[in-house]
Amino acid sequence: MSVDQATVRRIAHLARIALSDAETPHLQGEINAILSFVEALGAVDVEGVEPMTSVIPMKLPLREDVVTDGHIEQKILANAPLAEDDFFLVPKVIE
Amino acid sequence: MNNPNDLTLADARAALRGRSLSSVELTTAHLTAMERARGLNAYVRETPEQALAMAEASDARLARGEGGPLEGLPIGVKDLYATKGVHTQACSHILDGFKPQYESTVTTHLWRDGAVMLGKLNMDEFAMGSSNETSYYGPVASPWLPPNWSEEQARTAMAGDKRGLLVPGGSSGGSASAVASRLCLAATASDTGGSIRQPAAFTGTAGIKPTYGRCSRYGMVAFASSLDQAGPIARTTRDAAIMLRSMAGYDAKDSTCFNAPVPDYEAAIGRSIKGLTIGVPREYRLDGMSPEIEKLWGQGVEWMKAAGARVVDISLPNTRHALPAYYIVAPAEASSNLARYDGVRYGLREPASDITELYEKTRAAGFGAEVRRRVMIGTYVLSAGYYDAYYVRAQKIRTLIKRDFETVFADGIDAILTPATPSAAFGIGEKSDADPVEMYLNDIFTVTVNMAGLPGLVAPAGLSGEGLPLGLQVIGRPFDEETLFALGEVIEQSAGPMKLPKPWWE
Repeated sequence: MSVDQATVRRIAHLARIALSDAETPHLQGEINAILSFVEALGAVDVEGVEPMTSVIPMKLPLREDVVTDGHIEQKILANAPLAEDDFFLVPKVIE
Repeated sequence: MNNPNDLTLADARAALRGRSLSSVELTTAHLTAMERARGLNAYVRETPEQALAMAEASDARLARGEGGPLEGLPIGVKDLYATKGVHTQACSHILDGFKPQYESTVTTHLWRDGAVMLGKLNMDEFAMGSSNETSYYGPVASPWLPPNWSEEQARTAMAGDKRGLLVPGGSSGGSASAVASRLCLAATASDTGGSIRQPAAFTGTAGIKPTYGRCSRYGMVAFASSLDQAGPIARTTRDAAIMLRSMAGYDAKDSTCFNAPVPDYEAAIGRSIKGLTIGVPREYRLDGMSPEIEKLWGQGVEWMKAAGARVVDISLPNTRHALPAYYIVAPAEASSNLARYDGVRYGLREPASDITELYEKTRAAGFGAEVRRRVMIGTYVLSAGYYDAYYVRAQKIRTLIKRDFETVFADGIDAILTPATPSAAFGIGEKSDADPVEMYLNDIFTVTVNMAGLPGLVAPAGLSGEGLPLGLQVIGRPFDEETLFALGEVIEQSAGPMKLPKPWWE
């Protein structure tokens, strides 16, 4: 399988990465090189094989459903590029 | 005594406990060496004030006859571990200025045991790379001189763009270079596809990726969560055992962290391997394999036999699928993990007029080329219509790879011996224009271990014909790191002392 330039632009948009027209052909070549590298997997017989979900067989630990932290607004906002009061600031989302 | 920073971690520990050396002296020697070695670019942030304060506190504890297993021993920390209030960016531009408000569990364990932090170590951006050339902070040079290079020539290259100097491997290139250059006694590293073991092999150091779940991933910048695992790089197998004992252990903050006591790994050093059965997988004998690597592997077999182990040929039939399947699973998980870098909550933010543009511009400016490529591959294989054909299929193949290992272990194989890398270290810039897949092939012997969640250890095994270090890898049963330490010690002792390069970089 290989991707065309329109697909490369679509993937970039899904990944929310701005892509210039100049970069597109080069990236297309690289993505296609990787896709052709993984193509051989299509021939592997995986009939009846379960996909791996946990590499080490262990039960997901559960804990009591209680609040264990909170009141750390300042810590959460400490690294924000833009914040005001207890909020992150972003460009206007709703008109 | 020579420079105290030439000591192994174990010898430095003895010197501190015997009070023939203080932690402040030892730490100062390292800080001085780091200052003189800045050209190697191993550290992205030095923390001298914190180091000396920790060293003084350690000396006070040692004077009272107290102290933990790592008391007063200076180490380096890969930039991927969250260290409270200290530069933590996984060497990415997108995390500009990020200073965590919390400490990773692995480093918390190290400080609990008395270790001293020297600074943060360079790495491939988000641990994506095999040469430490994808770091936003520039490449790291290996202390090993390229074949036939003079020291003068190397110093000139180091002052410039570093091209031609050797890569230390990646992604834990800063860790490996710093350990081999004696800029720390040992370092934390991390391994998603080979990022501890390949740099250890390239620099003549020892490294272990423990079983998935042995160390907590809490506070490690995530790359591919089902593959990422913490581990040390150190100058000897014994030193790696000492480090891992402190790094490992249960943590309720990571639901994949295994709840079992941590053994005293150091006790396995020197343990007899007599009667163990070591498997040599025929599928690791690649077409066009370098004769030098093949010879080293054969040498490893002889060392195992001489130490009383039985060596048998085994088959791991799905080996050749591991690397392609990895390049679906790892980018898929990365694209999901890296979705958090949005320019809103931390790190870089590019000015934009609306929120989508904010995301797109920030992520385009903040991610380097390799990271962008992998996020896009991951996005593609997870997108509608391709999920089953790529991602689910790769996870099924992962089951087959793990089954291969389970079969040989059930047949009585105690551990598996393989080469660590397909070649010795290459030059900085040598592969940068090549197809990305060529760089990915570096992990061909290591990636199966991550796919199966198993422990893998690389020990220094000798030098190539050109005088560059080579490593051998041993792969073990889940949570049987102790056997790997015993085997690693046999390799290291049989190969003889690794003579690390003299400091031409100073």
